[in-house]
Amino acid sequence: MTNLVEVNNLKAWIGEQQILKGISLSVQHNDVLAIIGPSGCGKSTFIRCLNRLHEEIIGARVEGEVKILNENIYGSTVDPVRVRRQIGMVFQKPNPFPSLSIYDNVAIGLKLAGIRRKSALDEVVERSLKQAALWDEVKDKLRMPGTSLSGGQQQRLCIARALAVNPPILLMDEPTSALDPISKAKIETLLQDLKRYVTIIMVTHNMQQASRVSSKTAFFLLGELIEFGPTEQIFTQPKAKLTEDYITGRFG
Amino acid sequence: MKSLSSALSFNDYRRKLINYMMIGLIVLGAFVALAPLFSIFYYVIERGYHNLSWTFFTSLPAPIGESGGGMGNALLGSLKIIGMATLLGVPWGIATGVYLSEYSYGKSSKTLRFVIDLLMGVPSIVIGIFIFTVVVRPMGGFSAYAGAVALAIIMCPIIARSTEEMLKTVPIHYREAGLALGIQRWKVILFILVRGKWGAIMTGVVLGVARISGETAPLLFTSLNNQYWSGSLKDPTSSLPVQIYTYSISPYEEWQMQAWTGALVLIIFVFLINLVIRSFFSNMRDSRD
Ligand SMILES: Nc1ncnc2c1ncn2[C@@H]1O[C@H](COP(=O)(O)OP(=O)(O)O)[C@@H](O)[C@H]1O
Ligand SMILES: [Mg+2]
Repeated sequence: MTNLVEVNNLKAWIGEQQILKGISLSVQHNDVLAIIGPSGCGKSTFIRCLNRLHEEIIGARVEGEVKILNENIYGSTVDPVRVRRQIGMVFQKPNPFPSLSIYDNVAIGLKLAGIRRKSALDEVVERSLKQAALWDEVKDKLRMPGTSLSGGQQQRLCIARALAVNPPILLMDEPTSALDPISKAKIETLLQDLKRYVTIIMVTHNMQQASRVSSKTAFFLLGELIEFGPTEQIFTQPKAKLTEDYITGRFG
Repeated sequence: MKSLSSALSFNDYRRKLINYMMIGLIVLGAFVALAPLFSIFYYVIERGYHNLSWTFFTSLPAPIGESGGGMGNALLGSLKIIGMATLLGVPWGIATGVYLSEYSYGKSSKTLRFVIDLLMGVPSIVIGIFIFTVVVRPMGGFSAYAGAVALAIIMCPIIARSTEEMLKTVPIHYREAGLALGIQRWKVILFILVRGKWGAIMTGVVLGVARISGETAPLLFTSLNNQYWSGSLKDPTSSLPVQIYTYSISPYEEWQMQAWTGALVLIIFVFLINLVIRSFFSNMRDSRD
């Protein structure tokens, strides 16, 4: 089976501070990878390296290799814009674009890529909102501002926005940590559907969430990958003592 | 219990009293601040409205000794000069603001920001002299063009700084969300950030236009004045502030009264710009977060 994402010895810096100290792992089609670890250990930085967003921080630097479908995205001729089109991203805080309607929030990626045909855009908007389990709630108010929705709905709108360009990979950085328990549960249910057609790499603070939705788990500590393997094994028979301590809540 | 409750009600009483006193002070403060403004309005309206008539807007200044006449040419000239200055200054100012907020880091941005603050503080007469040297002299005469360039230079830093401030209020994760969608950086800035703050940016533009509408000194050095309907933008061109200035320092009472009417028209003009641009852009949704 070929790897969808293959990370080899990835190192990342911001200024003088080294944040990732040589991470290697791989992800296959239809995996759900959960990344766990205490705050500040580099989880966000890691997923931001996968769509070349890390380099947008002033003073940031990356070394190593990230292969997506066998192409190194850090190759010298690779355009980050093209890389990002293949990878959706959902952030911790729901952030629909405030000036845009629900419809435009979903369509903006395509519109700005030059797609104008209304029927095509309509189709994508409907498909993405359905995938994000939001269609029924918003289909009668697509012209309302995206920010008029509730927090949980806004986050699903952001998921729809990311899915609109049909990316094979979806990155999520603690997508439910800013939400109430009901919205959180809705998004977790949604993830079960999404993983059928998109490979998900998700940072989470929540052990139950990791064990419920992921197929693989990576445990980070101080910029290093301590343990990586099938979720079931990590949660029932961790190889490293540190992993066991973290999962059982003895620190972090 | 009794003494406690009576002590409490005494405290209540005192607190309310202080509250009313403070509100009174605030209202008084607002009144003191607004009083000069309203007295200016009153003064200008009282003296200016006599000559306010249709002919004031449509006819040329009357020769000395004759009554009547108007400032039609000055009004038209002001519109030309301000219009050109706006066409030049607004894109330039917004572009500078975008650069300051989105593209410049560290030392270069500090320097640029310092230069812009400096430019904002430069007396407008100095900008007039500067344009006189670099535009009027080489072009061989005063012109509407030269006036517009001078006003655009005055306008640019105002718009640049307000644009910068507005963009800085947009949290970084909106930029990242745009980039993560595979949208080019300039498109994220233009179609998501600037568009999201368009109403607020336009408020800065209104301030800039209002500011240049009353500028007199730089126009004395650049577009000068003219008693006729000047046809070409390459000719000396009359403008409302310069005409007001010329008339108000003249010894003739008719002219002085005309100057008051000109001042009234100028105030109304600035007021209208505010109203039109604001109402035009206030129905656009602005990002609040
Ligand atoms: N924009 C930034 N500028 C400077 N340091 C940063 C920035 N973002 C993250 N860091 C640093 O990088 C380290 C890892 O952060 P992060 O990847 O966000 O961790 P996590 O997501 O696991 O909490 C932290 O020490 C943090 O202080
Ligand atoms: Mg994080």
